Amino acid sequence: MTSKKELGVTRNPSILKTIAYYKYFYLMLIPVIVWYAVFAYAPMYGITLAFKSFHYGKGIIGSPWIGIQNFVDLTSDTAFWNAFKNTVIISLGKLLFHFPTPIILAILLNEMYFRRAKKVLQTLLTFPHFISWIVLAGIMTNILGQSGVVNQIISTFGGDSIPFLSDASIFRPVIYGSHIWKEIGWDSIIYIAALAGIPVELYEAAKIDGANRWQQIRYITWPGIRPTVAILFILYIGQMLNVGSSFDQIFNLYSSPVYGVADTIDTFVYRTTFTTGANFGYMTAVGFLKSGINVIMIYLANKLVSKAGEQGLF
Amino acid sequence: MNNTETFLEENVIKIVPKRTRFGKQKGDTIINVMITTLLVILAVVAMFPFYNVLVLSFASVKGMAEHSIYLLPYTFDLTSYGKLFKETSFYRAFGVSVFVTAMGVALNMFLSVTGAYALSKKGMPGRNILLSLVLFTMFFSGGLIPFYLVVKSVNLVNNILVMVIPTGVTTMYLIIMKNYFNTIPASIEESAKVDGANDMYILLKIVLPISKPFIATFALFYAVDRWNEWYNALIFISDSAKIPLQIYLRGLLINMSVQLSSSAAAVVDSKAGVGIQATQMASIVISAIPIMCIYPFMQKHFARGIMVGSIKE
Repeated sequence: MTSKKELGVTRNPSILKTIAYYKYFYLMLIPVIVWYAVFAYAPMYGITLAFKSFHYGKGIIGSPWIGIQNFVDLTSDTAFWNAFKNTVIISLGKLLFHFPTPIILAILLNEMYFRRAKKVLQTLLTFPHFISWIVLAGIMTNILGQSGVVNQIISTFGGDSIPFLSDASIFRPVIYGSHIWKEIGWDSIIYIAALAGIPVELYEAAKIDGANRWQQIRYITWPGIRPTVAILFILYIGQMLNVGSSFDQIFNLYSSPVYGVADTIDTFVYRTTFTTGANFGYMTAVGFLKSGINVIMIYLANKLVSKAGEQGLF
Repeated sequence: MNNTETFLEENVIKIVPKRTRFGKQKGDTIINVMITTLLVILAVVAMFPFYNVLVLSFASVKGMAEHSIYLLPYTFDLTSYGKLFKETSFYRAFGVSVFVTAMGVALNMFLSVTGAYALSKKGMPGRNILLSLVLFTMFFSGGLIPFYLVVKSVNLVNNILVMVIPTGVTTMYLIIMKNYFNTIPASIEESAKVDGANDMYILLKIVLPISKPFIATFALFYAVDRWNEWYNALIFISDSAKIPLQIYLRGLLINMSVQLSSSAAAVVDSKAGVGIQATQMASIVISAIPIMCIYPFMQKHFARGIMVGSIKE
């Protein structure tokens, strides 16, 4: 509560007085509140569509209720389950391959002796983060295509050209690799900042006690970075289905030969809604399912991390 | 004499080398070299695709025919850039993106600064509830269909502002800004209050001027996001005069649905495929130039900005 000193009163101010004290702030908040109400919370009301059969002319409110029929239909939709399976697989794949890489990069950069080179490297590696997936997909199609540089080099060495973007068995690794390429620099920033906060004295003391490089990393660097890793891990898990869906990336890189392995929930929803024109209520059910699972996941991840001894998100 | 010398030595200020953790240990140099080499290789691999794009954008038809693996800038031919600048559809898309970026950032900053500043006031009644509601949107959303229906109901479908208004706030940036405002000492605001200033004045004339680097960093982050905006356009824009640059690029690079007016002539030329590729690469370079220009300015403030944002309350 506002302190007595600020309000210049000698007893606890009433709630009305406090509100009056903050009146300009409430004024400031109006545009933001309106924006969130319209674009973040109004759509949440639209989730009721998941339980209705949408008739275009009647709108959301006028459409009849059908209970959980949409969800029941979902269980027998093979295309949906394929997309769900892919989302989970890609999400776990990215957790395994993509999540640790910025941490490793940060530790390596922290170990670097050449200061100036470290800055230059950071700048270069962070650059792809600011380029959109459309442009990056264009670059990748160019390089990994049939007549692209990579395949040309492969054929000069006598190999067969690899169809990176249209072969189902190699597409997912391409997704993981390109995601790392784009985000490793940016994601490592927060870890590098955490590492910069570790006092130099700790390392010096360890060296005096005879610790080698590896021991220094294990007993000083890693504990210094662990809280940050924990928080980012929770955030990652809470977004797991979004990460796995990777709409931006996959939408611009995939094509029908790889739908089987790369179609994710978001691309599935987009394609069926806007090209096949599926039932809105049904599609809303899919979106709601995804969001619901995300919320559960972040709650569980927070619990997990708290049990492991680190400070959670809430 | 001896005594004087010793006295002087003891009082000379020694220049102490900056303390780093790297001392002269056995095997240190080898590890340093190994790590540096590894990271340099990583950087080269990461940068190679961009280099390749740049080099190819300068390729002439003749150069492409002579060198099947195009690794070095064999030619410096600006024809592809010329082709692009003759395309009205390219111009229009570029202009749309500039408009969306300018308007978008203005709205973004207005909403984010007011929201972040107000939400940073801990004593405000209802503030915790509002903050939780805002945070919640980071983890839960209504989904694509409800979003579509809401946008439709505010008449933004096929309107150029659909790329500006629904993208009004990025919650993560808002939270980081709020945390930043929390680090401003309360004494500054209190002394201004004593002098009779109201809260709006404090925000505009005191808080914002001292926060300039921070605000600028977020303006740049928002600018990059708006410049790269394509999702809303993909779903809501059907008028080809209103598409942003990214959608135009998508047609040129991925969909292969964009017809360059000069491509009719290119088809006659047997190296048609080659001409298109150079033009594609040129379009990528042009779209990346604005980002490359502001990139050095952003570099300085990354770490600080993200670090402040990771401080919990």
